[in-house]
Amino acid sequence: MKVEAKPEMVSVTEKMTGADVLMNALVEAGADTIFGYPGGAVLPIYDALYRSQAPFQHVLSRHEQGSIHAAEGYARVTGKPGVVMATSGPGATNLITGITDAMMDSLPLVVFTGQVASGVIGTDAFQESDVLGITTPITKYNYQVKHVSEIPRIVKEAFYIAASGRPGPVVIDIPKDVSAAVTTETFSSEFHLPGYQPTKKPNPLQIVKLADALSRAEKPVILAGAGVQFANASENLKQFAEIHQLPVVTTLLGLGTYPGSEKLSLGMGGMHGTYAANMAIYESDLLINIGARFDDRLTGNLKHFAPNAKVAHIDIDPAEIGKNIKTEIPVVADADEALKMLLEKADSSMHHEPWLEKLQGNKRDYPLWYEQSDKEISPQWLIEQVYKQSSGKAIVTTDVGQHQMWAAQFYTMEKPNRWVTSGGLGTMGFGFPAAIGAQLGAPKDLVVALVGDGGFQMTFQELSVVKERNLPVKVIIVNNEALGMVRQWQESFYEERYSESVFSSNPDFVKLAESYGIRGMKVDKEADVEEVLQEVFSYEGPVVVDCRVVQLSNVYPMIAPGKGIHEMVGVTK
Amino acid sequence: MRRIISATVQNRGGVLNRVTGMMHKRQFNIESISVGASETEGISKMTFVVEVGDHQKLEQLTKQLNKQIDVLKVSDITEKAIVARELALIKVKGSGQLRAEIQGVITPFRASIIDVSRESLTIQVTGKPDKVEALISLLRPYGIKELSKTGVTAFLRGQQPQQVTEINSFPV
Repeated sequence: MKVEAKPEMVSVTEKMTGADVLMNALVEAGADTIFGYPGGAVLPIYDALYRSQAPFQHVLSRHEQGSIHAAEGYARVTGKPGVVMATSGPGATNLITGITDAMMDSLPLVVFTGQVASGVIGTDAFQESDVLGITTPITKYNYQVKHVSEIPRIVKEAFYIAASGRPGPVVIDIPKDVSAAVTTETFSSEFHLPGYQPTKKPNPLQIVKLADALSRAEKPVILAGAGVQFANASENLKQFAEIHQLPVVTTLLGLGTYPGSEKLSLGMGGMHGTYAANMAIYESDLLINIGARFDDRLTGNLKHFAPNAKVAHIDIDPAEIGKNIKTEIPVVADADEALKMLLEKADSSMHHEPWLEKLQGNKRDYPLWYEQSDKEISPQWLIEQVYKQSSGKAIVTTDVGQHQMWAAQFYTMEKPNRWVTSGGLGTMGFGFPAAIGAQLGAPKDLVVALVGDGGFQMTFQELSVVKERNLPVKVIIVNNEALGMVRQWQESFYEERYSESVFSSNPDFVKLAESYGIRGMKVDKEADVEEVLQEVFSYEGPVVVDCRVVQLSNVYPMIAPGKGIHEMVGVTK
Repeated sequence: MRRIISATVQNRGGVLNRVTGMMHKRQFNIESISVGASETEGISKMTFVVEVGDHQKLEQLTKQLNKQIDVLKVSDITEKAIVARELALIKVKGSGQLRAEIQGVITPFRASIIDVSRESLTIQVTGKPDKVEALISLLRPYGIKELSKTGVTAFLRGQQPQQVTEINSFPV
C-alpha cells in the first residue's frame, strides 16, 4: 500500500495571505488602533494580526457594539477614521447600531467584516449575513472584496471616502477565502472615483452674496454645527464672529466649535436649548448656518423656524442644503474654506448693536435654571460640580436622554473635538465605550463618561477593556433609577403613566465595578459630592461613580413636539 | 408631478440596490426604472420615471442621487427635447374573427403580433408612454391576459432648441 506523503505546510511567512496584504494596507492608511472582536470568518485576519509587526494596537472589546462605539469616540476626538473589525453574521449585525450612529453624526469609520467563503455566499451558510444588503442604507459606501488583488485599492479608497467630504462610515466585507488566499504578488492601491469629488472651495459669487446680505442684516445670527469641527474651522469661525460681532448658536453636535463662555455665544439651540439661542433664531433676519443640517430637534416646527430670516447655508454636502429649510444663499463648501473667503471680505462696520443688546439681555434674564433639593442631588447641579472639579477641561462623552441634555447645558465646552455624544441616532449605551475610544485617541486627556443608569447597563461589559488597559476613564453614572427622558415625556404628555420607564432593580454599581477590578464609588448626598469628585479626579486609574440623583427632575426649557422654536416652556422657574 | 430623470452610473456591484434603496428610504415614488449598458464600457445608464410632490422634493432627489459615489451625472430631462421610449408586450384573448379586428386596432400604432396561439396573441408595441397606454386601453375590451412593460428609457435629442443646463453641480 502506498502511503501518501503529508502535504508540506505552506510557510505563510514566505508567502503573503490576503490578510497580510490587509495588514500592510492598514499600515499604509495610517491606522494606529483597531477596535475589534474575532470570530470564524476573520480567523485568517486575526492570524495575520498575531504574526504582524504592524505598528498598531488591537483593542479587544467584549461586544461588537462596544468596538464600534469606541471607534466612534476615537474618530470624534482625533478626526481620523476609527477602524473596526468583526466577524461575519452576528459579529457584523452587532455593529449595525454603531454604523447607523456614525452615519447620522457623520463620523469617519472604516469597518471590516468577515464573510463566509465566496463559494457559499448566498447559501445561508453558518454565520452568513448579507452585510452589503444590510449596510447599504447606513453607510457612505460599502464593498465586498472579490479578490485579494483588490485589497490595497479598496482599503485606500475606503479611508479616503470615510474621511473626506462629509465624513461617514465605510464597510468592507471580506470573504474568508479572500483573506486566506496566498499570494506572492504586490498589488496597486491606486484608485479613481469620478463620481465622488466633494466641493471644498466655495463659489466666490455665493460668498459675495453672503457678505452682502451680512452687510445689510440687522439681526444676524450664526448657527454652528459639527461641520465646523470636521473642517477644523473653529479658529476662523471665532474670528468671523468677532469681526462682525455675530452672535453664535451651536447645535448639540456643534458644542465646542465656538467657545461656550464667550460673550457672543448664546449656547445650544433646539428642543432643550437656551431661550436666548432659540429666540435669536426666531427673530433673526439673517441666519448663517455653518455645517449643521437643520435637524428636527433643532428646528422644532418648521413653519415657525426663523420665519423672518434670509437663510444662508454653508455645507460640504449639497443634499443638506434646502432639505428641510428653504435656503436663499446656498454655499457648497468646506466650512473653513468658506470662512477664509468670508474673512477676506470682512469689514468691521456693523449696525446691529440693538440686536446684540437684546440678545445679551435675554442671556442675562433667562439663564438656564434648575431646582436644587435640600438633601438629594440635583442632576444639573451634579454636572456643574463635575465641570468645576474637572476644571471644564475634560473630554465628555454621553449616552442619550436627560443626562445628555444636562451635560450639553451645564458642561460648557470651550474647544472643539471634546464633546462626544450620540446626536442623530440617540443611542443608549454609546457614552461609555465611546469614552474608551476617546481615551485611546487622546491618551493624555481627562475623559469623563457621563452616562445614565439605563444606558450604562447596555454596554458596561466594556469595563473589562478599561481594566485590561488601565484606561483612566471616569464614569459618572447620573443614576435616577429611571429612563429619565422617557419618564419626563410620560409625565408631560401621557398623564404620568410611567409605562416601563422606572427601574425597580439596578445592580450595585460599586460592586459591579469592583468585580471588574475597577474602583467603584457611590454618592447620594449633596454634601459629599465635592469630596467624592475631588477623589475621582485626583485618582490616576479608572473609576465608576454611582451618583444618586433626584428621579423626578426634568430637562428645561423645552420645545414640545410639534411646537415652534419660540414656544418654549419652562424658561423660568 | 411626473419627472423623467436620467442617471449615468459606474457599473460597480450593488449600484442599482444603492440607488433604489435610497429612493425607497427617502420615500420617492418610482413609477418605472430601466437600466442598461451605455456607449462606454463600465458605465450604465438609468432612466427613472418618478412622481414627486414639488420642486423642493425634486431637488432633493437629484441631490441625493448625485451624492451616491457611483453616480456620475444626473439630469432631469422632463422638459428637454428628448427621445423617450418604452416597450410593452401584451397578450390578448383572440381567435378567429377577432384577430383581424385586433390587427386593425394595432396597425396605426405600428405594433406587431409576435406570437399567436389558439386562443391568444401577443402584441409588441414600442413608443412614448402615452402611445403605449393608448394602445393598452384600446386592447383592454378584448381581454388582456398578460402585460409586461420595460419602463421608459430616454435621452436628449441630438439638437436642443435652447441651451441645456445640467442640474448636476459636480464636475464630472
